Amino acid sequence: MVMKTEPLVLNIGPAHPSTHGVFRMRATLDGEVIIDVEPIFGYLHRGIEKLAEERTYQQFIPLTDRLDYVSAMGNNMAYCMAVEKLAAIPVPERAEYIRVIMAELQRIASHLIAVGSFLNDCGAFMTPILYMVREREKIVDLFEMVSGQRLTYNYMRFGGLSQDVPDEFLPALRKFIDQMPRYLDEYDQLLKENEILLARTKGVGILSKETAINCSMTGPMLRGSGVPWDLRKADPYSVYSRFEFDIPCGARGDSYDRYRVRVEEMRQSVRIIRQAMEQLPVGPVRSKTPVMLIRPPAGEVYSHVESPKGELGFYLVSDGSIAPYRCHIRGPSFINLTALREMIVGWKVADAIVIFGSIDIVMGEVDR
Amino acid sequence: MTRAISGEELAAGLEQRIPGSIIGTSKESILVNNQSLLSLAAHLKTEPGLEFDFLSSITAVDYYDYFEVIYQLTSLEHNHSIVLKVRCHDRENPAIPSLVGLWRGAELQEQEIFDLMGIRFEGHPNMKRIVLWEGFQGHPQRRDFLSW
Amino acid sequence: MDLVPTRRFVYSDADLDQHEGEVIEALKARSQQPIPDQDQWLSEKAPEAGILLTSVDKVIDWARSNALWSVVCFPACCAFEFISTAASRFDISRFGMEIIRASPRQADLMITAGTLTWKMAPNVRRIYDQMAEPKYVIAMGACGISGGIFQSSYGVVPGYSRIVPVDVYVPGCPPRPEALLYGIRMLQDKISKAKVFRK
Ligand code: SF4
Repeated sequence: MVMKTEPLVLNIGPAHPSTHGVFRMRATLDGEVIIDVEPIFGYLHRGIEKLAEERTYQQFIPLTDRLDYVSAMGNNMAYCMAVEKLAAIPVPERAEYIRVIMAELQRIASHLIAVGSFLNDCGAFMTPILYMVREREKIVDLFEMVSGQRLTYNYMRFGGLSQDVPDEFLPALRKFIDQMPRYLDEYDQLLKENEILLARTKGVGILSKETAINCSMTGPMLRGSGVPWDLRKADPYSVYSRFEFDIPCGARGDSYDRYRVRVEEMRQSVRIIRQAMEQLPVGPVRSKTPVMLIRPPAGEVYSHVESPKGELGFYLVSDGSIAPYRCHIRGPSFINLTALREMIVGWKVADAIVIFGSIDIVMGEVDR
Repeated sequence: MTRAISGEELAAGLEQRIPGSIIGTSKESILVNNQSLLSLAAHLKTEPGLEFDFLSSITAVDYYDYFEVIYQLTSLEHNHSIVLKVRCHDRENPAIPSLVGLWRGAELQEQEIFDLMGIRFEGHPNMKRIVLWEGFQGHPQRRDFLSW
Repeated sequence: MDLVPTRRFVYSDADLDQHEGEVIEALKARSQQPIPDQDQWLSEKAPEAGILLTSVDKVIDWARSNALWSVVCFPACCAFEFISTAASRFDISRFGMEIIRASPRQADLMITAGTLTWKMAPNVRRIYDQMAEPKYVIAMGACGISGGIFQSSYGVVPGYSRIVPVDVYVPGCPPRPEALLYGIRMLQDKISKAKVFRK
């Protein structure tokens, strides 16, 4: 017997507590099972790429903070690297090391939020977030020390940093780095074999290796599916080739694997920071090239870094004037949503929220 | 380190397989003929030794005389990359074949380019506005769009 | 048993998108001027009221100002400062408002944490309309006040006051949690001055 049921359209978002901002899905349900889903974007489309054309190169740095606002330092770094490549500005050694330290701290902070809100979506309302924010505040304090801001740092400049780190920064960082593994162990103790978490996430939202590659997924999404692709290793930028670290990978590509990859990456970041602190040279943190009103030679450049969400790329076209002719941002969160349909269709609504949480998107970067 | 394959090196081989497909080359990119984009991309994706299985990013740039669409291709297996470029001279009704059939990763990006730059990708399953609302006048990423 | 759902909807997806666009354009045309701030009454001298009414006022205002429940409205970056304010370190629950409701019908405060775009504006207006009276709005961040750094963009509403009447503005990009707490305290002060039986 063929049973026909009437499908129902359910609108999830844009103002919904588990859509991480203003994301909207138009899901078609059959009973409680999702049979089709269409992501709808644009509720935070602020036209950042257009604004770049109206600003000088340097004036655009604060706007990159607001792309992926959970990892502002990483965005600063990616943009500065793109302009440095375009205009061939050298970066002093010490600045490179401090940049790496900042980027890795930011990766920890971003993954903390990602894991926290993922667990939030699994149903442990607010409690995990309280734990994760406790650690994140420590990182935010470190950032505040160097840049004076809590969320939008605007710390990097072309050819280095806006200023050197203050004297009390390194001891504070050392203290944090010593504490962090303990906290991570605590989370593992609470979560790794947690019966409820396993039941909710194991085998849920499987993304196969082939689909992940075909859909241009990057970051923990791709690594969770078992592809060891990390730009820090595959295409080492800055001084990453001097550090030792592993690329954690999942096996099955389900939500649990993605969560595990994030936690393991935090450990690797701690490792990198520790090595960077040991090797940190003394010297200037900014090259002598004047950068206030640079006019890069006409040309184009694509430069990418491994941001916490995946491959963050900046495509800049210069026509020799003080403003970029075109600035395109490859937002990893945006492209990671390509495979949303594959992952969600066939699951119940409650699972869809968990799967969606495991993608870890930030709307500022999705809509730009 | 990802090896950027030089356009000239690659173009010589491609020109033999698909004659007339390459219009120009530069050190890091190849400029492809509109009509042969699909066959050339399929070739790049499947040819042993090239196997560009990963489409990193698609961008479009408005140069007033023409639009240029730029594809950043990477091979996860061999860890090398190439940049494909396509030009489109029609300003009223620009159209370019869609690559969604080969790389699903192109889907949202092509849709975004359609929305912001106004280039239609033929063969795309869902060619409609994505970030702006229906009824928005103009395509903001074009150089002649004034935001205020 | 096969399940073969058929899609037979009154409106197709394209129709819905079309309609959304029309709503946005209509709202945009209507909101070219900011809604004036409703606080002239703060400087007005209240008419004399008896002891009874004054005490009732006091009780009601005390109750209102000490249990502000906030609705979820987290469009952009400022949301993270709001989460920090609500979470372990700054602990918003000291002011009687640790509950952040997802449903606007159970909330009486809207903290607009982030940039508002024209596409989002009808939704924010609808959330505001669904909140029960009395309701208050805190515009958080430069974007909430004037559009901030994105003011010149084609898609951004220059300030929440175009869409909803705002009670307290908290500047900053993003405001520090202390600043937000100060804003909340100011709103509580404002509420406690209200004369419920003024007219
Ligand atoms: S005020 Fe600043 S931090 Fe807040 S939403 Fe606007 S840009 Fe983001």
